[in-house]
Amino acid sequence: MSVSAEFNNKQSYTKIKDLPGFNLIELVEARTPGDSRLEMCIQCGSCGGSCPSGKDMDHSPRQLFAMLRAGIVDEVLESNAPWYCVSCYKCYVRCPQEVKITDIMYTLKTIAISTGKFKVNEAKDFSETFTGYVEKYGRSFEFGLSTRHSLRHLPMTVSGTIGLGLGLIKTGRLDITPHKIKNIDQLQKILNRAYELEAQR
Amino acid sequence: MKYLFYPGCSMQRSAKPYLDSLKLVEKTLGLESVDVEDWNCCGATEFSSVNRTASHAIVGRNLALAQEQASGTDELVAACSACYLNLSKTDHFMREDADFNALVNDALSAGGLEYEPGSVKVRHSLDIIVNNVGYDAVKEKVTKPLSGLRVGAYYGCMIVRPDVNERFSNPEEPYELEDLLEVLGAEVVDFKMKTQCCSGHMTQISSEVAYDMIKQIVKPAVEEEIDVLVTLCPMCQLNIDAFQNEMNKHFGTNYEVPILYFSQLMGLAFGYTEKELGIGKEFVNVSPALAKIGKTTEEVPTPKKKKKSKSDPSLPMPKMPIHYRGGS
Repeated sequence: MSVSAEFNNKQSYTKIKDLPGFNLIELVEARTPGDSRLEMCIQCGSCGGSCPSGKDMDHSPRQLFAMLRAGIVDEVLESNAPWYCVSCYKCYVRCPQEVKITDIMYTLKTIAISTGKFKVNEAKDFSETFTGYVEKYGRSFEFGLSTRHSLRHLPMTVSGTIGLGLGLIKTGRLDITPHKIKNIDQLQKILNRAYELEAQR
Repeated sequence: MKYLFYPGCSMQRSAKPYLDSLKLVEKTLGLESVDVEDWNCCGATEFSSVNRTASHAIVGRNLALAQEQASGTDELVAACSACYLNLSKTDHFMREDADFNALVNDALSAGGLEYEPGSVKVRHSLDIIVNNVGYDAVKEKVTKPLSGLRVGAYYGCMIVRPDVNERFSNPEEPYELEDLLEVLGAEVVDFKMKTQCCSGHMTQISSEVAYDMIKQIVKPAVEEEIDVLVTLCPMCQLNIDAFQNEMNKHFGTNYEVPILYFSQLMGLAFGYTEKELGIGKEFVNVSPALAKIGKTTEEVPTPKKKKKSKSDPSLPMPKMPIHYRGGS
């Protein structure tokens, strides 16, 4: 488990939604850098219509925002929509109200993790495995990431993934050992402080 | 021109051919780049899914290192679209949101670092080449024009969207890459899916969703009889190239669309060999396409099947000219 995952698990805000005064929409706005413009949504649906993975989402961004405003918490945090967001920013540039949709999706994922509400384990584990390698080495580690993730979640496709991995190794496109940055201590100090700061937001 | 370069994790390995070919192109164009010393991962799209403050703090470390190491330049260049966007966004948010600036700098201070927003200008390699070097200077270096090669410009997402610093012509219909490829002598096809997503991290989360999205790029490329797609993003290259075979198996199709980096095509036009440019490390064989410009790789090129002209019963639709310069 990555440091951030352990951190999230032991943090008091694991049960944040049960705290008196918990307001999901306020938390999303506070944790999203800049002005999210979440409450400016006019429910036009340009976002869902532009989304390349929209047809596989439980809710379109438009629906999520309506639910957020209606005070619905569990269904929003359990939705697969933020996890199926591919960060293509099509909705972001098309939104007539300039709602920072992609950034709101990121924030919703972080809150879904810290409240234990995520439903898409594959996506959450992929993000945390990736993050764990960065915390440990300062760099992403494609080989470790793909093998660990595939064995855990995509056993049916492991044979295909092995072929893909071997192809990448053969052509020198995959390292089987991770690279560590020199000043990893500095990065870890920054990360630990950042985790503390996030919990206060 | 001199600048700091942020390589990013992908370009160390899975996209090594991109880095190798870009270094050769920089040399030819007289671009002097120095790597940021001891840079860390930008967090891709995953760190911001786990912790917002931390995701920007690690990017802040890279910006602070670049600020410290910058000498005789304030340009910080990345060639990976995700790295480019993450560096751009953190700097942008820190400029526009004073509280957020204080937050990131608080985290950085734990590591003895500080970053003043706006002190480095984040740029993408393509932006440097088309806007600082310029098309004319590129054209002067072309010794082997790519005549007869039908190419489709494939930008993907993060280089042109959300484009927080407004460096590119349009978030959905940009034209920089097409203009560059035309200067190299290639036959540029107006590729409709040029800024459609390659499926990003979905290959790791839901294969079915990913294959569907990859097909949305590959099928139109086949229909347009594109010989090779041209990208500027390691993630796009990996998804379209490495997962194309799996996608074909899933749909029972036999599409074969090779995808190369724009720096590799520039290198070919500048007279470098395929080996120097890392060409031949793709999953989808690029030899048949390169045979059209008199290039032969080690493998014997299989002749490309003559495509039958489409019998399209629908009414002819007007085509948007490639050089359309309309506003957003």
